[in-house]
Amino acid sequence: MAARGGVEEMRNRVILGEFGVRNVHTTDFPGNYPGYDDAWDQAKFEKNFRVDVIHMDENTLEFDMVGIDAAIANAFRRILLAEVPTMAVEKVFVYNNTSIVQDEILAHRLGLIPIRADPRLFEYKNQGDEEGTEIDTLQFQLKIKCSRNPHSARESSDPNELYINHKVYSKHITWVPLGNQADLFPDADLRPVHDDILIAQLRPGQEIDVLMHCVKGIGKDHAKFSPVATASYRLLPDITLLQPIEGEAAETLKKCFSPGVIEIQNIKGKKVARVANARMDTFSREIFRHDDLKNLVRLARVRDHYIFSVESTGVLPPDVLVSEAIKVLIGKCRRFLDELDSNHMD
Amino acid sequence: MAEEVERKPVLEMVQADGTDGNCVTFVLHDEDHTLGNSLRYMIMKNPEVEFCGYSITHPSESKINFRIQTRGGILAIEPFRRGLTELVDVCQHVLSKFEASVKEYKAQREAEMD
Repeated sequence: MAARGGVEEMRNRVILGEFGVRNVHTTDFPGNYPGYDDAWDQAKFEKNFRVDVIHMDENTLEFDMVGIDAAIANAFRRILLAEVPTMAVEKVFVYNNTSIVQDEILAHRLGLIPIRADPRLFEYKNQGDEEGTEIDTLQFQLKIKCSRNPHSARESSDPNELYINHKVYSKHITWVPLGNQADLFPDADLRPVHDDILIAQLRPGQEIDVLMHCVKGIGKDHAKFSPVATASYRLLPDITLLQPIEGEAAETLKKCFSPGVIEIQNIKGKKVARVANARMDTFSREIFRHDDLKNLVRLARVRDHYIFSVESTGVLPPDVLVSEAIKVLIGKCRRFLDELDSNHMD
Repeated sequence: MAEEVERKPVLEMVQADGTDGNCVTFVLHDEDHTLGNSLRYMIMKNPEVEFCGYSITHPSESKINFRIQTRGGILAIEPFRRGLTELVDVCQHVLSKFEASVKEYKAQREAEMD
């Protein structure tokens, strides 16, 4: 029945029309649809829910989450961006800076350098604590001086040949162990994630001598603490051909979508279009510019199928970041549950 | 009603006079859409809840007003607690499924390398 099909479409597809997007909000709450039991059922959720990892390498992760609602998927995305803690440089003690980069600019740049240190091994620093202790602070030193190269050719104008240490890279940052950190981290692999981040440029006679204190923080406080380059999701596209499309129209249809989405098959000598892989489409909506084709195709997205893409800055592997984000949400809920319980005890 | 005096309050409950506990506004401090929207979804899925919504009072203050009204004579604190526990269960299930999927993917990659 058409009405039944309409209800199903309203419940689980987001329709992209020519001038707007329909069925955006989640409506499957108890009482909205007669004949449907929409009360929360953990068993039903567990049966429908699945996670598929599509691609994972050292710094990027692409995975699908199917059967979950937008509110919770978005919560994971927001936590990945702003509430998973990392270590970053917070205080910079400038002992000597005769370079042309101002102190505060230099400090700002140092703060943005990602530091390869597992934040789970450290605690948050207390507010009033001035001296950093070994459990919450990492100390780094950057001490570099530029000088003239005595062995350079007389007429050379290449700075690489004329000067020694004229470019300050993140590889010049060294770790200074505090307290018992030398025993806790015997492999001494605490350094910036990338060695080739250019911090400042010097000329002979200029030097930089700074001491940096690195603490644990979250992205909500300052973006330097965000562990992801970016974390985003999109919904799975769903392209339906409402009528068979053949011949020239099929070729035009193929060009309207991203490559690989529409496939032309040769059935009995005629070219027939078929949706091969809707997942690859980026929905440019080019189809709506063709009056003869725009009513023959339905562009939609599957409401509960999320294609996540997480790109880490290198501090932690991306799958660890997603696990930590889920644990942060659990922690938030537990905090309020404990608060409720402790108030009821009173 | 639920305020700590020594440290900053985390959760407060505001109730209008004359009602008997089945419509309450909770003030959650240091929270935003992240917990607000996901908790709202879980509580709305409860058939006993007549109304559930949240709002951020002012974008400069990080607190949300979370209102629950129940049908029948149930105390509003009951769906709030149930929503939190259900959200914890959902997250734990998501975590276990995700970690299993990652492990399977890594095992598959290892098998392909050999």
